[in-house]
Amino acid sequence: MKRLLIAITSLLIICAGLAFGSNELQKTTGDTGSKVLNLYNWGDYIDPSLITKFQKETGYHVNVETFDSNEAMYTKIKQGGTNYDLTVPSDYMVQKMKQDKLLIPLDKSQLTGISNYGQDYMNKTFDPGNKYSLPYFWGTLGIIYNDKYIKKGSIAHWNQLWDKKYKNRIMLIDSARDIMGLSLISMGKSVNTTNTADLKAAKRKLDKLAPNVKAVVADEIKMYMAEGEAPLAVDWSGEAAEMMSQNSHLHYVVPTEGSNMWFDNLVIPKTAKHFTAIYKFLNFMSEPENAAKNAEYIGYSTPNTKAFKLLPKQIQTDKQFYPDQQVIDRLQVYKNLSQQKVEQYNDLYLEFKMKH
Amino acid sequence: MNKGTKAIFMTPYILWLGLFVIAPVGLIFYYSFFNVQGQFTLDNYRNFFASGTYLAMTANSVLYAFLITLIALLISYPMAYYISKLKHRDLWILLVILPTWINLLLKAYAFIGLLSRDGLVNNLSQFFGLGVHHMLFTNASFILVAAYIQIPFMILPIYNSLVDINGSFIRASHDLGATTYQTFTKIILPLTKPGIQSGVQIVFIPSLSLFMLSRLIGGNKIITLGTAVEEHFLTTMNWGMGSTIGVVLIISMVIVMLLTNTKKKKRGQLNAK
Repeated sequence: MKRLLIAITSLLIICAGLAFGSNELQKTTGDTGSKVLNLYNWGDYIDPSLITKFQKETGYHVNVETFDSNEAMYTKIKQGGTNYDLTVPSDYMVQKMKQDKLLIPLDKSQLTGISNYGQDYMNKTFDPGNKYSLPYFWGTLGIIYNDKYIKKGSIAHWNQLWDKKYKNRIMLIDSARDIMGLSLISMGKSVNTTNTADLKAAKRKLDKLAPNVKAVVADEIKMYMAEGEAPLAVDWSGEAAEMMSQNSHLHYVVPTEGSNMWFDNLVIPKTAKHFTAIYKFLNFMSEPENAAKNAEYIGYSTPNTKAFKLLPKQIQTDKQFYPDQQVIDRLQVYKNLSQQKVEQYNDLYLEFKMKH
Repeated sequence: MNKGTKAIFMTPYILWLGLFVIAPVGLIFYYSFFNVQGQFTLDNYRNFFASGTYLAMTANSVLYAFLITLIALLISYPMAYYISKLKHRDLWILLVILPTWINLLLKAYAFIGLLSRDGLVNNLSQFFGLGVHHMLFTNASFILVAAYIQIPFMILPIYNSLVDINGSFIRASHDLGATTYQTFTKIILPLTKPGIQSGVQIVFIPSLSLFMLSRLIGGNKIITLGTAVEEHFLTTMNWGMGSTIGVVLIISMVIVMLLTNTKKKKRGQLNAK
């Protein structure tokens, strides 16, 4: 008993010592007290070297905290008790946060890099006139296939997923909106439809997809695809980029009939306090050089057209992540739906998951 | 001990129970009566019991929890029995407990490595000319992994009750002419029943809502109530409905507790006679 106590006490002392030490080290790289910026971001969603660079250039210390879903972030900010200065919601969540008065409008006079962003990525329906948000990254929903099992270039349409030869071979990302959305698009409907008949038809069509579905999984899909567990998957372009960097047999396709176009955006939540730092950071991230560096690190598509021109040719011409204008024109952005419709989407999706 | 000191010793217990057991359960009950607009309503319960989806999900949860418990019990009882007979039984039981020191998620990922297409099991089966099998994302693999994770919790109480059996009972049984089989069914099994009961409780109750495993290993082919609770709290943000499902889970757990405990009381009365 005595020895156990000694062991536990010494462990605690070592941990406390290490924590104190690392805290001291961090202090020396940043600055004390008020010169801070609290960034609430998705996990691994900014090039760490940019944070170091920003801290060196401006003297502001950046505290990064991470979340793993829009809803988790929303709940945390709405509940209060936090002091985040910037956060990165997706399109429909910007709209929801705006409706719930959780955002502070951008002061355009303090923004220097706003002209760097491309017209295709600004003034979207979720935030007309970009009153509250600056696009951070954008991407699409599409099909990933493994050319060891599926002929290169043979996949181009959503409806191909229903082909009988892919029995038990498709993995889907576990997201109600996206899976219902792909079914809606395959029937030529809008991903934002609120028409109950359309939604039910989309669900009936998904039920027919069920025999082909091997699994409905979340982040693990990257690992499974990289390991070749399944030849086909439906996932977001950013996740696809990560899989492809691990397995060169994987390819990403945005189906020609259209798909979802998503945006992650920098916004100022109501909890913000350090406004000078916020605008310094927004301007820093809008600089083409920095945005390009970030895009190269993360692998998602940048909405910063000046940064795009700085990217290596190989990335610029990659149709998987920077599709032709023709395809871009067919992409649809999610709108925030009413609570009732959100639940209808989710309930139908849950029923599909139970069937498969 | 006088009343004053008794009160002091009781305070932490009452605080703990009040803050971390009664208050959260109370909040779940409270939330389950509200809809998204924050109005008092019984609609959540009405929706739950009128929807085929939720009822099917409940049936699914109970069925799989039952199968997991059954398999865990079938493996655990003989294992506990033989370990209790071994010379260094403390060491062996330690080895059984060892996996519980490892995080659940890590164990799940380890199983992904074992069961995947290019995993160890498939490599072995190919080596012996048995071909490649799809093992991940099947109901069988889900039950197997869940049972594996629960087995230590089943073995421990059974083992403890086996160790507690007074050796003279067994010798007496043999002296009076009982066969080994009779000794087992008439003496050992009844005396270890409390161990089996608490093992079943400890395994069955968490198995009702294994949403992490059902996604990672089961590929969401098995949807249990846990999945629905997660969805309502994280995606649709309908906390009322999520709480309602939580209440249903709590009630089914209470039912399981009552069912297993009444038997125990009857046994106690029999023994007293």
